[in-house]
Amino acid sequence: MTIHTDTAMIRFQDLRQEFVLGNETFTALDGVNLDIADGEFVTVVGPSGCGKSTMLNAAAGLLDPTGGQVLVDNRPVTGPSPRTGVIFQQYALFPWLTVRKNVEFGLELKKVPAAERRVIVDHYLELVGLTRFAEALPKELSGGMKQRCAIARAYAVNPEILLMDEPFGALDALTRVHMQEQLLETWLKERRTVLFVTHDVDEAVYLASRVIVMAARPGRIHKVIPVDLPYPRTADIRLTDEYAKLRAEVWESVYHQPAAHGADDQH
Amino acid sequence: MSSADTSVPRRERTGTPPAATATTPSTPGAGSTKARQPRREKKLSKSAMLAINFGSVAAGVGLWALLAGIGIQGLPGPAEVATRAGEMLADGTLLESIGASLGRVLTGFLLGSLLAIPVGFLMGWYTVARGIIEPYVQFFRTVPPLAIIPLVMVTLGIGEVPRILVIFLAAFLCCVVSTFQGVVGVDKTLINAARVLGANSFTVFLRVVVPASSPFILVGMRIGLGAAWATVVAAELLAAQSGLGFLMQQAQLFYDLPTIFVSLICIGVLGLLMDRILLAIEARLTRWQERR
Ligand SMILES: Nc1ncnc2c1ncn2[C@@H]1O[C@H](COP(=O)(O)OP(=O)(O)OP(=O)(O)O)[C@@H](O)[C@H]1O
Ligand SMILES: [Mg+2]
Repeated sequence: MTIHTDTAMIRFQDLRQEFVLGNETFTALDGVNLDIADGEFVTVVGPSGCGKSTMLNAAAGLLDPTGGQVLVDNRPVTGPSPRTGVIFQQYALFPWLTVRKNVEFGLELKKVPAAERRVIVDHYLELVGLTRFAEALPKELSGGMKQRCAIARAYAVNPEILLMDEPFGALDALTRVHMQEQLLETWLKERRTVLFVTHDVDEAVYLASRVIVMAARPGRIHKVIPVDLPYPRTADIRLTDEYAKLRAEVWESVYHQPAAHGADDQH
Repeated sequence: MSSADTSVPRRERTGTPPAATATTPSTPGAGSTKARQPRREKKLSKSAMLAINFGSVAAGVGLWALLAGIGIQGLPGPAEVATRAGEMLADGTLLESIGASLGRVLTGFLLGSLLAIPVGFLMGWYTVARGIIEPYVQFFRTVPPLAIIPLVMVTLGIGEVPRILVIFLAAFLCCVVSTFQGVVGVDKTLINAARVLGANSFTVFLRVVVPASSPFILVGMRIGLGAAWATVVAAELLAAQSGLGFLMQQAQLFYDLPTIFVSLICIGVLGLLMDRILLAIEARLTRWQERR
C-alpha cells in the first residue's frame, strides 16, 4: 500500500518522548516516524513498556513531545480534540457515573439534544451488549464489561480518528472476536482512521492493513509489516496460508527482537 | 468525642442497607453468643452489633451506678444526673446552652468548610496558588486553634466574633488540607478521558475533579466538624457567657458535679450525632466508590 504523504491523517515526525524519573531521564520513544493515511487501519504490537501507549497518547494530544511532533490532518497536535476518540488501556470510566451516563458524557459536551442522546447511547450499549447494565455503576461491572463501556463511550461521539489502546485485552475470546467483527464492519462503513494497540498477534494481523512492530529501549519502530489481505475480512481468512505467514512474520519480529526484553506471556 | 479517630481511613459502611431487623436475642443473650463464637472477623449482623453496643452501654451505666452507690467521693449517680438533666431541661438552661454551642459550631464549621473547599481546589489546581497558600496552611495547622484565643481576644474583644473565628479556623484547616489532597490525587487518566471527549478545563474541573475529590472533601468536613466541636467547648471554657462549656465552667465554681456530667454527656452525644449525620451524607454521596 502506498501512502501519499499529503493525505496522511496522522503523521509522527521524529517523535521523541522522554520522561523524567527522579533525576534520570527515560527515553520512552525515540525517532518515531510514521504516516497513517486517512481511513487506514493500523495496529501496533511490541513488548510491554516499548512505548505503545506513549505513542498513542502523543497522537491524542495528551503529551508534550520532547522532540519532533505529531501532525493530525497536517496540523500539529497541541491538545486533545473530540475529533480523536481514545480508548484507554485502563478503561478510565468515571466511577461516579452509571454506564449510561459514561457513554453519554461526550455527547453532552457536544450539546447533542437529550432525545437524540438517548437513541445514540441505546444503540452503542446494544452494540457492546451492555443494555441490561445501563444503570449500573462501573464498580459493579467486570473488567471486560468496563472495557466494553469504554468502547461504547468512545464510539458514541463518532470521532474521525480512533486511538485504541488494547481495547479488547480484557475480553473473553468469543466477545473479542465479536468486537473485532463489529469494529471492522463499522470501519468499512465509516472509514475512520484507526490506530490500534494490541498484544495479540492474531488480532494485529486480522484487523490491520499494516502492523507496526515496536522495539524497546528506547521505544522505536522496529518493523512495518503490510498486510495485503482484502477487506472485508471474514473468519475464513484466518485459515489461509497468507494469514499464517503474516502471523508468523509478526510473531518473529515481536518475540525475536535483538535487544527486546520482558516479552509477554502470550500462548 | 468521636472526632479524633475519624482521621485517615474511612469507615466501611455500605450505602443504605435495609438493616436486618428483629430475630436477635435480647441483650443478655447477645453478649454471650458473641463470647461463644471463636471467630474474630467482624462478620456480625447489624442488629447483633447494635445489641452488643446497647449491652455495653447498659453495663457501663450499671458500673457507674455501682461506683456511685459504693460512695466514691462526690461522684453523682446516674439517677442524680438524670434528675439534674430534667431540671435543666425544665428551666431551659440546657437547651439554651446547647443552642448557643451548636450555633457557634455550625456557623464556624459551615463558614470554614465553605471557604476551605474553593481554597483547597485552588491549591490543588494551580501550582502558583498552592505555593502562595500552602505555607500559611501548614503554619496554622501546627498551631492549636485554642492557642489563637488570646490573640483574637486582644485584637477582637470578647464578643461572638473571636470565638467563631477560632472555630472557623479549626474547621477550615482540616477541610482545606483534605480537599487539596483530594484534588491532587485525582486520577490523571480520568482527566484525560474527559479531555479527549471534548471537555475544556472548566468542564474537567466541574465534572471530574469535583466528583473525584468529593470523598476527600467529605472526610475533611467530618474531621473539621470534630475539630470545631472540640474547639467550641474549650473556647467556651476560656471565655464565654453561654454554651455548654460555660455551663461546666460555672458548675465547677460551685462544685456542681451533676451539671458537669450533664454537660459532658450532651457534648459527647451531640458530637456523635453530628458525626453520624455527616457519615450518612458521605455514604450516600460516595456510593459509587469501591470499598475495601
Ligand atoms: N507519565 C510517565 N512518566 C514516566 N514514565 C513513563 C510515563 N508514561 C510511560 N512511561 C514509561 O515509558 C515506557 C513506555 O510506556 P508505555 O506505557 O508507552 O508502554 P506500553 O508499550 O504501552 O506497555 P504495555 O504494553 O505494558 O502497555 C515505560 O517504561 C514507562 O515506564
Ligand atoms: Mg500500554
